[in-house]
Amino acid sequence: MRLRTPADGVCLESPADRYRMVRLIRGFEELALELVRSGDIVGGTHPYIGQEAVAVGVCSALRPEDQLTSTHRGHGHVLAKGADPARLLAELLGRTTGLNKGRGGSMHAADLSLGILGANGIVGAGAPIAVGAAWAAQLAGEQRVVVSFFGDGALNQGVLLESFNLAAMWQLPVVFVCENNGYATTLPAAVAVAGTALGRAEAFGIPAVAVDGMDTEAVREAALQAAARARSGGGPVFLECRTYRFEGHHTMERRLKVDYRPAEEIAAWRERDPLLRAAALIGDPTALDQEVSEQLAQAREFALNSPAPDPAGACDHLYASGLRPRAGAVA
Amino acid sequence: MSWLSYTKALNRALADALADDPSVCLLGEDIGAGLAGPTLGLQKRFGASRVVDTPLSEQGFTGVAVGAALAGLRPVIEFQIPALLFLVFEQLVNQAHKFSLMTGGQASVPLTCLVPGSGSRDGWAGQHSDHPYGLFAHMGVKTVVPATPTDAYGLLRSAIADPDPVVVFAPAAALGVRDDVTGPLPVIPLGRARVHRPGTDVTVVAVGHLVHEALALATELAEDGVSVEVFDPRTLYPFDWEALGASLEKTGRLVVIDDSNRSCGIGAEILATAAEQYRLTAPPRRITRPDGAVLPFARELDRALQPGRDQLRHAVHAVLKH
Repeated sequence: MRLRTPADGVCLESPADRYRMVRLIRGFEELALELVRSGDIVGGTHPYIGQEAVAVGVCSALRPEDQLTSTHRGHGHVLAKGADPARLLAELLGRTTGLNKGRGGSMHAADLSLGILGANGIVGAGAPIAVGAAWAAQLAGEQRVVVSFFGDGALNQGVLLESFNLAAMWQLPVVFVCENNGYATTLPAAVAVAGTALGRAEAFGIPAVAVDGMDTEAVREAALQAAARARSGGGPVFLECRTYRFEGHHTMERRLKVDYRPAEEIAAWRERDPLLRAAALIGDPTALDQEVSEQLAQAREFALNSPAPDPAGACDHLYASGLRPRAGAVA
Repeated sequence: MSWLSYTKALNRALADALADDPSVCLLGEDIGAGLAGPTLGLQKRFGASRVVDTPLSEQGFTGVAVGAALAGLRPVIEFQIPALLFLVFEQLVNQAHKFSLMTGGQASVPLTCLVPGSGSRDGWAGQHSDHPYGLFAHMGVKTVVPATPTDAYGLLRSAIADPDPVVVFAPAAALGVRDDVTGPLPVIPLGRARVHRPGTDVTVVAVGHLVHEALALATELAEDGVSVEVFDPRTLYPFDWEALGASLEKTGRLVVIDDSNRSCGIGAEILATAAEQYRLTAPPRRITRPDGAVLPFARELDRALQPGRDQLRHAVHAVLKH
């Protein structure tokens, strides 16, 4: 089972394609929430609901050979770059059929064949990796673009600023995408980020643009320009996508009943739901909704019926050289 | 006959790797000028796009090397001082080392880190004198500490060719060592120990530059009729346990000399494994820096914390009493 994907060069080209992908990510995340509640997904997830326009807008501007690094809230990026939702769901369930054979889980989902260099559990850690992949592209004379997704919390990580400097000094084809959802876990950006997000990039001479992160088309337009600039040797671009997550930082929040966001604030952002905005650009979405619904039902069945890994293989893939570590607790 | 210095051996390994494989590239601070020695002349020969002077952004350029490795290059980073590894533990241990497993084998990170001048150089004080190989071995990052120029060449070549991250520690106190070399140098596989001198009474496992102290002591003790086997693991992770077992089968006695901190150090691992798996006729001993040591500036104080030949002699005599 496989979507038509950006890797095929077709999936996100029309507003209907993009609506479909927004719908798929929304439905996938809702399904994941259900499977967290049922206990099938262990460890929980970081829901992307509300931020879909960023992943879909940015990835619609990419070519199959382009690459990205993602965050711990990465399902949207991974799906929008073309990963198979059934295999991503199987990964969340820790099954052998998962993208990472059940070794990565939600926070480390990767599909190298699609240029997805991995979601990352450390805030900001993907940025230098994206810069490195872009440097490799530059050395190889390839016109690849690498997108580095990160949140507003990463703006305070030193390694992100080091990455800005290296990308700007070496004029590398990187698009830095800050998904500013207003909160670093529970800490509001207003009390965490001195100056502005754009100012951070501008200090390194990187062109910086703010865009409505609830609007797939606006994100796409900005990303197309950024990718074109990077692809033609113009160096990095910084996009600040102003967005919001409708759910908590992590599924654990519901259980803990933590409360740090005003209900009115959540309601106001829900009024600007990217799903509704993407739907408004197309005719009747019923058929697409039905298609996505069936796809997710199949993904659910595939993932839940996939086998769990054999504990004897817990150290498989630790070394690409095939080195087997000495047995420890599993002796 | 041609005398090859340790630093020149590293330089030759880097040059040969760059010449043999276009995906090999070097990153680091002051490597264009060749300030530390191993990269001398390489930027002129291979160009500034493959031998890249980086700004002082260790976390940034180490992460860049991880990304470049994921994208098909074989980067080598030179770190000017061992303490910089503490800054980039995130990039090396939490990212590079974990990628292969976390991606279910999709990705490998063929990244080499070279640390020329690890351990004490007189007068470099608290933040420039650590020898933190044990941290990497503990985390399972492939960790190499060559003692001789020939081994430095051969192991660095293997490290660069390896599909996994490898950290190569070149001890400061070994950089002055020279080997008599004729002809091309061999590539030496990771994970194989070297017995520098066979013996039957006691196995001395010496790490890095301390191999030379152990050899000097073995020569001295031979005059008293004591036969010391000098065992150089060369690679601390993976460790050549099989070779150690063979040595201990012969001698039954073990002393480890390791210029790093005692608690949770590689010496402790060697003693523990020997106690678990091999037949020892005497309680094993280890000589290390003190627990949690920070090397003081004054030369007398710096030397006082480092393992040396006198302590080794004492430990060998102690295990021979059994």
